[in-house]
Amino acid sequence: MIAAGTPAPDFSLRDQDGEEVSLSDFKGRKVLLVFYPFDFSPVCSDQLSLYQEVKPEIEAKDVTLLGVSVDSPYAHKAFQEKLGIDTILLSDFEPKGEVSRAYGSFLDGPGMSNRTLVLIDGDGQVEWAYESPNPGEFPGANVIFDALA
Amino acid sequence: MTELTSAAVPPIGPEDHVRGEGEGGLIVYADLGCPHCAAAWAEIAARPGRIAFRHFPVASKHPRSPALHAAAEAAGAQGQFFAMVDSLYGDRGHVDDPHLWQRAEHLGLELERFERDRRSPDLAARVRHDFQSGIRAGVAGTPAVFDACTLVAVREREF
Repeated sequence: MIAAGTPAPDFSLRDQDGEEVSLSDFKGRKVLLVFYPFDFSPVCSDQLSLYQEVKPEIEAKDVTLLGVSVDSPYAHKAFQEKLGIDTILLSDFEPKGEVSRAYGSFLDGPGMSNRTLVLIDGDGQVEWAYESPNPGEFPGANVIFDALA
Repeated sequence: MTELTSAAVPPIGPEDHVRGEGEGGLIVYADLGCPHCAAAWAEIAARPGRIAFRHFPVASKHPRSPALHAAAEAAGAQGQFFAMVDSLYGDRGHVDDPHLWQRAEHLGLELERFERDRRSPDLAARVRHDFQSGIRAGVAGTPAVFDACTLVAVREREF
């Protein structure tokens, strides 16, 4: 997992609509990257659904929420629609998991991101990072707000 | 906006919906649209002692949940909170507005008041208050059960 105080690696990934999104697009604004294993898996569904419920409160703190997994933009689009969420979902598809690896979140065995949160400040520095003890658990929203406090 | 940083789960208080008697008791954060909560409720509700039900609707997962929680609160305004909760968990297949009116009628509720109350911003705020206390206590899925403010049960999931 990437350490706090480290420069956040820049990236350009396609979102659920196929649009390219770069970290540098958010210069001057905080970003919370939510790395997760797979669209449609049970825990990922619960995690993103829960964060959707408090997304207004997260955004009120001038933080943009970005989900990242190795799924394709097409899968992301279907996942967004199935969950009824509007969180931007970025496709770390090709090279597979390259951004996840850069942030120390990729698990080589299962070939997926671990469940990692990374808060990046407006200057592109990692302010805080959290990794779940195992992919079967996800951090409650209170963990995010503790980091934002 | 309410701060959502970590905080201990609030103990059972006068503002809670409580069934049963005695000291202590279980605090259940539950989603009225959640099938796992419905399955757990049958067991939880049968336990002796106090049970406090706190709202934890996750609308993105269960789009009808906000309406169901509002219906339960509106029923509660006429003294039938747990009767409505039992009804909603007992039959999860009929949850559109006409079904909610039927349930309210069956419980002997005054329908105009039920309809007015369930659309009230005050009721929505009451539901949101419970939800926020659950977020602060680290509730990440439902049902989440606390005993004397300690989490004792949460739905087991594979990743």
